[in-house]
Amino acid sequence: MTTSTDGPDRGLVSPRDWRRPSVRLTMTSLQVMLLGILVIGALGPLLWLVKASLSTTQEVLRDPLSLWPDGTHWSNLGDAWSNIHLDLYFRNTVEIAIGSWLMQMLVATTGGFVLSVLRPRYAGVVNGLVMATLFVPAVVLLIPLYLTILDPPLVHHSLINSFWAVWLPAGASAFNVVVMKRFFDNLPREVFEAARVDGAGPFRLLWSVALPMSRPVLGVVSVFAVLAAWKDFLWPLLVLQNPDKQPLSVRLPTLQQTTQLDVFLAALLLSTALPIVAFLIFQRAFLRGTGLGGAVKG
Amino acid sequence: MDSTNTVRHDGKQGRARPSPVTWVRSGGLSTLVLAAPLLLIFGVFSWYPIVRSVLMSVQHTNLVQPATWVGLDNFRTVLSDPLLGTAIRNTVWFAVLALVFGYPVPLAAAVLMSEVRRARGIFSALAYLPVVVPPVVAVLLWKVFYDASDTGLFNEVFGWFHLGPYPFLQDEHWAMPSLVVESTWANAGSTVIIYLAALTSVSPDLYDAAEVDGAGLWTKVWHVTLPQLRGVLFITLILQVIGTAQVFLEPYLFTGGGPDNATLTVLLLIYNYAFAGSLGGDYGAAAALSLMLAAVLAVLSAVYFRATRSWSTT
Repeated sequence: MTTSTDGPDRGLVSPRDWRRPSVRLTMTSLQVMLLGILVIGALGPLLWLVKASLSTTQEVLRDPLSLWPDGTHWSNLGDAWSNIHLDLYFRNTVEIAIGSWLMQMLVATTGGFVLSVLRPRYAGVVNGLVMATLFVPAVVLLIPLYLTILDPPLVHHSLINSFWAVWLPAGASAFNVVVMKRFFDNLPREVFEAARVDGAGPFRLLWSVALPMSRPVLGVVSVFAVLAAWKDFLWPLLVLQNPDKQPLSVRLPTLQQTTQLDVFLAALLLSTALPIVAFLIFQRAFLRGTGLGGAVKG
Repeated sequence: MDSTNTVRHDGKQGRARPSPVTWVRSGGLSTLVLAAPLLLIFGVFSWYPIVRSVLMSVQHTNLVQPATWVGLDNFRTVLSDPLLGTAIRNTVWFAVLALVFGYPVPLAAAVLMSEVRRARGIFSALAYLPVVVPPVVAVLLWKVFYDASDTGLFNEVFGWFHLGPYPFLQDEHWAMPSLVVESTWANAGSTVIIYLAALTSVSPDLYDAAEVDGAGLWTKVWHVTLPQLRGVLFITLILQVIGTAQVFLEPYLFTGGGPDNATLTVLLLIYNYAFAGSLGGDYGAAAALSLMLAAVLAVLSAVYFRATRSWSTT
């Protein structure tokens, strides 16, 4: 790889070309243009949302493109939080996200561990069945899953309006199991053999050997589990019909019809703030996970 | 510690059927306990519903009376529904528009971004930002932007050029493109990141070789970069088609399928069969249409899966 005369980290444009003023000028101006488009296109709508949340309704309607609000109406945020009960829907969203995350972690770590490390006789069949669900689009599950929630086997007590209706199906993510299994597959076998010789049972192997080595992949799976739960709309709309149980995503469309525009925009801002802050903190896990998604997701 | 020995042991695991006692002693029971979450959750919330959807498509179910066997009646109902053609046309139109808007732009952006030498992180963070915004928030925000009055945000921008005002969401012809533009804004970021990752794996030697042959910038893009990316380009193509074939959120929240069914998609039709007011409760028809859509998508998924397998090893 280092045979290349220009060094290993060159791209499309060679370093020699980069030194030519014309090339440098073209590339730099193209990139500045791209940066401009990204700032206006990707960041712009969110900045607008921040500005509009602090403006009055009249101002948003009359002059949506003004750069700065006439006065900063922080009260919009407070009104959204308490008057339209955004605090309740926010708490619901957090509870749904945490429960879904726990369920996905439980299934993905134990499942991936059994299929990759313990490998009992039935591992092949189970693995095949898990992989097969990657081919089944979500739409197929919608109706029968809804009826299963109405009358779950064993329990026979409708889970409608219970968070379990969201938590339990969230665990059935083949994507997570496949990611965990592939990660465990790449751990050195010798470590497990050595721990077994030292008398560690399957639980110890998972808890004290496999999981501590899996922190990066657990981070990626966690980020996506929480984000997916935060974004989900159709499923919670179907199974959480009681407004007091609904997460933000389900509640916001109804609020739009009953709330003043300025307060509603403040509600949109509050609903977006947490995912964006999380993204800014865990950027690396987000971006790496997306690259991963391109390789496994079905 | 004789590691070579243990590896060899692991290698030949030809086992005879053990007795229950040795099965428990050798950890079979704890293995089963560890496998239980996966088996239970997948069994009840994935495998059983999949089987059930096939059964439901040939049954009449209204949750009150026991289900009755109706053969292919549900499929006939769906196929004779005049709205099915509309929904398929709209879904295909959405997918085509999404490809036109959303396929070349992320690629061009990623190629340009991969040449950024300083602060590349800012570019990718900005590009990915809309993906993090909850889809419902994005749609409701864009609904405000699409305001049909001349003081709506987009109409004001068009007004600078003495165009409009346009009734973006209220007009049969404008509605679908408006939905697609929002959807592209919301999703393009992850495609950019996938391309960026793929671009780092293009060997610099290939560019060197092309330059020795006197290739210019465009020749390099056309004859080195794109051929090297063809695997990932194909994968994102299939992923996007599978995604857009199941589009629901945008038409449901922006237009509710209107105006005059101009944005009624297949998934919205399924939802209407099962859950919407007067039509609702026809779970059999909904299951039948889901299966038909799934059959089409399963073919695409299989192609995708084969592609990722063969390309990930090269």
